[in-house]
Amino acid sequence: MNSKRGENMISKGKVHKYGDHVDTDAIIPARYLMTTDPDELASHCMEGIDTEFVSRAEPGDIIVAGKNFGCGSSREHAPIAIKAAGVSCVIAASFARIFYRNSFNIGLPIIEQAEAAAAIDDGDEVEVDFTDGLIRDLTTGDEWRFAALTGPVAELIEAGGLVNLTRSRLGAGG
Amino acid sequence: MSAGMTITEKLLAKAAGKDSVRPGEFVTCELDLVLANDITAPIAIEQFGNMGGTQVFDRDKVVLVADHSTPNKDIKTAQIVKQMREFAREQGLTNYYEGAGSGIEHIILPDKGLVLPGDVVIGADSHTCTYGALGAFSTGVGSSDAGAAMATGETWFRVPATLKFVIAGELGKWVGGKDIILYTIGKIGVDGALYRAMEFAGSAIENLPMAGRFTVCNMAIEAGGKNGIIAPDEKVEEFVKGRAQRAYECLASDTDAEYERVHEWDAGDIEPQVSFPHLPENARGISQVGDITIHQAVVGACTNGRLEDLRIAAEVLKGRQVAAGVRCIIIPGSQEIHLQATREGLVETFLEAGCMVSTPTCGPCLGGHMGVLAEGEKAIATTNRNFVGRMGHPESEIYLSSPALAAASAVAGKICSPDEL
Repeated sequence: MNSKRGENMISKGKVHKYGDHVDTDAIIPARYLMTTDPDELASHCMEGIDTEFVSRAEPGDIIVAGKNFGCGSSREHAPIAIKAAGVSCVIAASFARIFYRNSFNIGLPIIEQAEAAAAIDDGDEVEVDFTDGLIRDLTTGDEWRFAALTGPVAELIEAGGLVNLTRSRLGAGG
Repeated sequence: MSAGMTITEKLLAKAAGKDSVRPGEFVTCELDLVLANDITAPIAIEQFGNMGGTQVFDRDKVVLVADHSTPNKDIKTAQIVKQMREFAREQGLTNYYEGAGSGIEHIILPDKGLVLPGDVVIGADSHTCTYGALGAFSTGVGSSDAGAAMATGETWFRVPATLKFVIAGELGKWVGGKDIILYTIGKIGVDGALYRAMEFAGSAIENLPMAGRFTVCNMAIEAGGKNGIIAPDEKVEEFVKGRAQRAYECLASDTDAEYERVHEWDAGDIEPQVSFPHLPENARGISQVGDITIHQAVVGACTNGRLEDLRIAAEVLKGRQVAAGVRCIIIPGSQEIHLQATREGLVETFLEAGCMVSTPTCGPCLGGHMGVLAEGEKAIATTNRNFVGRMGHPESEIYLSSPALAAASAVAGKICSPDEL
């Protein structure tokens, strides 16, 4: 889970490391899509490539992967499953564009940082300071910076996701 | 002096009410259509409610299609499709499709004239990029974006840089749109066009029938592309004639438009392609395939379920028999295509050859139903993805190809070209 340290938003957890092109069928196979329940989706998270993930994952854990994470189908069930499984952040060299957008829409923190994604090992303890834009590998002591986001994505983060943003635009109130 | 714009930039500028846009710029666009299906609509509808949505922005411009798991394959599917059907009725949507007049979303939307040249469209389905073949900007989004757009009629985009693919020359026998796009993805990789527009041009594209152009644009997402696009020409005008119920606009890239990169392929170099497991980028010419025994062949999907695709499969299967031990599944992309295929005698050809002919559905493409693979089984399929477990068991394998190769392979029992039969 994400927590606050002073004014800073922090993620901290154990790393589950994957390779390039982790597709949405790997994150949540289509046979489990006949539901909108986040907990049910989370119970099959990463099952397409890692049947042990759900039993190993603990709240706050971090997924680190190579390039093009989340490629394939538009299914929002993929970031929903990851978030509901307790994952606090996904760090990857790059993200497929629909997954990227979906993650910010539903409030799953994701970071594009290729050097960190390459260097961090499976099982490392990693801390992410979103306020300062810093990734720390607590196991190795290495650190990497990442840039603050701009444009509509920054607005989405500020609003706490697309539901809140659209609610305020529609004048529906809180 | 400002440089010209690509067709993608022009489409986004027009929908954003601007004279010009540049790659990297954020724009808010008015949408001509918002699409969702039986997998993505349930979450979109929930989010629409969570966002305070009460009435869709335009009941003619929100399209819902039940195609992935229909006819409903189990109780859970029946429940979510019921929810979608009730939402469509409550909202008075004019374009809800299930059963009669229905089919696979990316086949029926162009066929019904719901998407037209000049449109800007989002769909909660990654293969929404298909409509670029009509000269529309169309791209896949998730359910929340679709839900928000159902309420507001607009969404934001970052204007993509454009990669241009010029394919010149004559395509060989049995080589078509599927081979062009598999070859392209083989060259640039599954993230070779990440966040980019993919514009296709050149004489081989100009000579390609509409069905092949839809196939090319359909798989832009498999290279990470934001949209695929082909400048509309007389073939598009011909296609749209009699379907369009409203005005449309054919745009083209300026001669001085700026491209991030221009790739040039010689059409004569493109053999019939087969993409090996487990990524579409693992494309090989048929001469490099070797001996691959198959258990199943599938002709269909939003990639290759059009009438032209079925005609090619029937040409190969006519007077031949599907090999013992192979299940050959033919899935016409819509009720209308199924009817036409029946009238033309294609369905008879398929049945005589020993194929199974299914009602329209995405079905096996995503391992849903109508042809799920067991452990260790191999399939050749005209679908668009061969990820691990996509068509069933994680230990099964999918080889992507054109309808010609899928049909020939069904007859031979191993992957081959019709020329080898």
